Amino acid sequence: MAETLSRPQDHREWFAFVLVWGAAALVTAVFCWLLGDIIWHGLSHVSWTFLTTSPENAGRRGGIGPILVSTSLILGVCLAVSLPIGIGTAVLLAEFTSDQSLFGRMTRRSLDVLAGVPSIVFGLFGNAFFCKALGLGFSILSGGLTLACMVLPILIRSTEEGFRAVPASYRLSAAALGLSRSTTLVHLLLPAAVPGLLVGLVLGIGRAIAETAALIFTSGYVDRMPQSLLDSGRALSIHIFDLSMNVAGGDANAYASALVLVVLLLAINGAASWLATYGLHRKIMTV
Amino acid sequence: MRPVEPSIIEQRSRHPLGDRSASYEPQPFVEVDRLSLYYGEKPAFQDVTLSINKGYITALVGPSGCGKTSFLTCLNRLTDLIAGCRVSGRIMIDTRDVLASDIDVIQLRRRIGMIFQKPNPFPLTIRRNLEFPLREQGLRDREQIAEIIEATLRDVGLWDEVKDRLNSPALALSGGQQQRLCIARALALLPEVLLLDEPCSALDPLSSGVVEDLIVSLRDRYTVLIVTHNLVQARRIADYAALFWIKNGAGRLIEAGPAKQIFEEPRDPLTAAYVSGMRG
Ligand SMILES: Nc1ncnc2c1ncn2[C@@H]1O[C@H](COP(=O)(O)OP(=O)(O)OP(=O)(O)O)[C@@H](O)[C@H]1O
Ligand SMILES: [Mg+2]
Repeated sequence: MAETLSRPQDHREWFAFVLVWGAAALVTAVFCWLLGDIIWHGLSHVSWTFLTTSPENAGRRGGIGPILVSTSLILGVCLAVSLPIGIGTAVLLAEFTSDQSLFGRMTRRSLDVLAGVPSIVFGLFGNAFFCKALGLGFSILSGGLTLACMVLPILIRSTEEGFRAVPASYRLSAAALGLSRSTTLVHLLLPAAVPGLLVGLVLGIGRAIAETAALIFTSGYVDRMPQSLLDSGRALSIHIFDLSMNVAGGDANAYASALVLVVLLLAINGAASWLATYGLHRKIMTV
Repeated sequence: MRPVEPSIIEQRSRHPLGDRSASYEPQPFVEVDRLSLYYGEKPAFQDVTLSINKGYITALVGPSGCGKTSFLTCLNRLTDLIAGCRVSGRIMIDTRDVLASDIDVIQLRRRIGMIFQKPNPFPLTIRRNLEFPLREQGLRDREQIAEIIEATLRDVGLWDEVKDRLNSPALALSGGQQQRLCIARALALLPEVLLLDEPCSALDPLSSGVVEDLIVSLRDRYTVLIVTHNLVQARRIADYAALFWIKNGAGRLIEAGPAKQIFEEPRDPLTAAYVSGMRG
């Protein structure tokens, strides 16, 4: 492929060549510029003290210790709720619901719509439902649950795709060997669907960890160290937003926090793809 | 997890691979009576009545799409997995009424092994491929499992080729080896009937020959039903043959009987025309 593209034969191929490589170069350049900018401005402020101490003077000085804790707690609540529900629903949709059934079509359609709903809408819903109706107030729990609602559609749909990508011959040969449906599901289909699950997880966590709009109305602004899940806690993305928009002179720490956020994201991405290719691949999908 | 069935261990000692006597009075084991199968409204085959003798190899032949695969999947109720699939008629295997709603389908499928056209080992190690269905059947004793694995692998002539790499992935084996592994996996459950759906058609001639010899060696010990497009092969290995054909958009059984008669002096002109392709 690269061979034919690097030696263009005629004008049209030349054009396609420039277009394809140009687009790729542009995307990469934007990413590098962004990353470079954040590293350039942020790296000198990131230190162990920055990561562990509390913010002072509205975040102009001090660190992001409590904010990291709140962020992880929010993310933890989000995953603890969305993973089991997500996998369960995906199994139901992919393995126990026919494509044509009304239930299946309606659920899929709703999920696709939900996946496209702006996060501010989830924020308002979370505020009305979790904070007010369920009386959880502005809390890490409300924030995590709201994020779970937001992440679920992505997680379910991509896990479902993972299940659908498993060839039908697995199910037939497993059944022909007298394996029960549940064994087939747990030991053969689930491992084979893990790559789809991981894709959904990475997309979901990516969306969750970068979220501001849905969290402003649910987990709140408070930048103190949270004492319980019912305390309000400030997420990293909100901290960045606040420093750069509302706090004059907060740019340096905003950059440093952004750098931490990006590194976190890259780490999660890397861990997931490592898990998909090595950790699980070698053990289960061995070729 | 299913409870351990006490009978399994006993059956194993009673029914070791390979010591049944070689000759049988032809004795029907599978009896199919006016069986029809529909995918939605579309019939795959209709009104098939056929009896299959115990301990012999019966070949199913016929043009593509005449319902041979569909017929096999009725016998182990794999049809249950296909949405919109409807089966009517009656199938008796030994004393079991296969289509009865209260039959234990899982038990039934353990008694009836099936091999597919495309080798389909699970993406697990060679050992796990064989061990997994056994454990699921309730066998826990590691030593006994190891014995069965060795015995079945020897049975399919794979032992010497894989004994040093039982823990390597099954998908790394060649196509022919994978197919033999699949046969071993089915044999390990001590089935009474083996359904083989074009087991050689995805293999090169050499592996195909090896698998064919293996199938021949299963005669007497198992009741084998094999679908094949290779009439020469059918002639070589089958004791009985049945010809399916498409009539009015649905598969029909045209003629069934001893292989010699079907291939050499067919009664039906369709059969005559079809098997003459073998000579031509
Ligand atoms: N899952 C299914 N859903 C709907 N129709 C099906 C399904 N499987 C098979 N059919 C149809 O049923 C008919 C019989 O198919 P079947 O696979 O049993 O034929 P076959 O004799 O095994 O053919 P081949 O020799 O090509 O394997 C075909 O017309 C096929 O299109
Ligand atoms: Mg077929």
